[in-house]
Amino acid sequence: MLQASASGTSARKAGRTRGHQGGRFVVYALVGLIGLALALAPFLFPDVRSQEVAARICVFIVLVASYDLLIGYTGIVSFAHTMFFGMGAYGTAIALKSMGPGFEAILIGGGAGIIAALVLALLIGLLSLRVKAIFFAMVTLAAASVMMVLASQLSDFTGGEDGITYSIPRLFSPAFELLTDAEGKALRLFGVPLNGKIALYYFVFITALVLFLALLRIVASPLGSVLQAIRENEMRAEAIGYRVVFYRTAIFCIAAGVAACAGILRAVWLKYTGPEVVLSFDIMIDILLMVVIGGMGTMLGAVIGVVLMTLAQYYLKDLMAVGAEATASLPIVPDLLNPERWLLWLGLCFILLVYFFPAGIAGTMMGKGGHK
Amino acid sequence: MPPSPSIRTENLTIRFGGHAAVSSVTCAFHPGELTVIVGPNGAGKTTWFNLVSGQLRPSAGRIFLGERDITRLSPSERAKAGIGRAFQLTNLFPKLSVLENVRLAVQAKAGRGSQLFTRTTRLTGLTDKAMQHLIETNLTSVADLPAAALPHGDQRKLEVALLLAMEPDIFMFDEPTAGMSVDEAPVILDLIARIKQDRSRTVLLVEHKMDVVRALADRIVVLHNGELVADGAPGEVMALALVREIYLGIGAEEVA
Repeated sequence: MLQASASGTSARKAGRTRGHQGGRFVVYALVGLIGLALALAPFLFPDVRSQEVAARICVFIVLVASYDLLIGYTGIVSFAHTMFFGMGAYGTAIALKSMGPGFEAILIGGGAGIIAALVLALLIGLLSLRVKAIFFAMVTLAAASVMMVLASQLSDFTGGEDGITYSIPRLFSPAFELLTDAEGKALRLFGVPLNGKIALYYFVFITALVLFLALLRIVASPLGSVLQAIRENEMRAEAIGYRVVFYRTAIFCIAAGVAACAGILRAVWLKYTGPEVVLSFDIMIDILLMVVIGGMGTMLGAVIGVVLMTLAQYYLKDLMAVGAEATASLPIVPDLLNPERWLLWLGLCFILLVYFFPAGIAGTMMGKGGHK
Repeated sequence: MPPSPSIRTENLTIRFGGHAAVSSVTCAFHPGELTVIVGPNGAGKTTWFNLVSGQLRPSAGRIFLGERDITRLSPSERAKAGIGRAFQLTNLFPKLSVLENVRLAVQAKAGRGSQLFTRTTRLTGLTDKAMQHLIETNLTSVADLPAAALPHGDQRKLEVALLLAMEPDIFMFDEPTAGMSVDEAPVILDLIARIKQDRSRTVLLVEHKMDVVRALADRIVVLHNGELVADGAPGEVMALALVREIYLGIGAEEVA
């Protein structure tokens, strides 16, 4: 009897593992492909809009992955992630504006942004990570709102609602030639001129890649296992000897620091920083959607979620315009496919995704993460 | 002259509203001694355990680990100081694997929890140790399953494996065999008997089953309505009229 139930369990387990091994492979392959596409993006998709999409994806992967560290791995719900993102961006922007376009401005301004984010995260963490999750979420919401008000009111520093425009180091400008040919023009590779724009993209891409790999390393570390233990059963984690408040505060600070780094990248890439692009709650909601679509507590899900959401945000309208044109002779259909209704379709896609992938795409396919 | 107590409570009291769930319990326990705490449901056994392992803060009274006053310490600080606790209601990391559950406890003991850039998989020493505890508790065949997927009996064993992995000086078991089948319980009882053989360890056990009490106890402490009403060698305590009355109140077959 005991024997039978034991073998039944192992058979079930084997079945499940086999199913998820395939899913795991698909997820790794997908993430690998996305990585490759991003690495070669300037040559694969050289037009300006695609470049913007690729750079946004790089930045958001870091931002969303660092948020997954909180919500997916540790079970901390925070609405202040854009606040830390904004602190990195504003620090960089203010320094570039006041000190002029140099790397030292990025270093000093970005560094100041990161330090400010760390200090603020430490304060919020120590003061409020002892309370229940819902109160903590409210505290972060309040902090983020205060930061938005500050950004729009302190217009002497932040440019208020208009934000700040500035120049970035010459190395990153399209006019800068990385390599020149015999005629003194920028050398071309696959028809793409090797100018400062390429250097800027790779600055963003490589920094994002390093940060993402560091996050992957963290979740595979002893600290990463403690975070999951806290998510699973905070009381028992404390009982076997882990100081839960210490670990929560530490990971909140780490996530805040990484989000600030992502903010630096965003600020340097855009040459503009304003509340709309780095602080708004729309971005916070995007981050939440991306992490849920990709799969909480998977890290790789961040990559998939960001790519899907960003592509939909940028290209769904175009796709619908094509669809509406193609079906122009039919009744109703072209109206439904009218690009102005893109949010309706985005919402529908989201509902379907959540229905078929309850633990997110990577989470469901790899058989982990998600909710109870 | 008896050895100095390893753990001691002094007038330990906790009130919930007006009700004193544990009322002025003074009691000392010594290394090498296995004490069974008995009492009817609601006697305050688990509450007293929660006070000692730190899940609850007392309203009055003090707790000493050796000479050290630990009354104000958090549960994690007490765990590091050497108090290990297994819970009555299964209290695991449900979605993590059985091995990972135990490995986390080993890692806590080793103080490696805050390492940020080491790969967990490279700390093979910790994994080997965790595996050793799974062998002791007969759980190796389910090592890779999530804890939530285990049958009740195996979850109880895992609960004990976590406690072993903490390598505490004070072992606190709260009804370790509750809900276990007759085949499974002996594995746990053998383990407890083996733990007891190491004379440096103090074992506290909350248990209802009288056969278990008889087989293991060096000493019995009886709680009733939050108060300590009897304390002594098993033979003496079981013979007390008061204890028979308390137990007869909840069912004669358990005493007989």
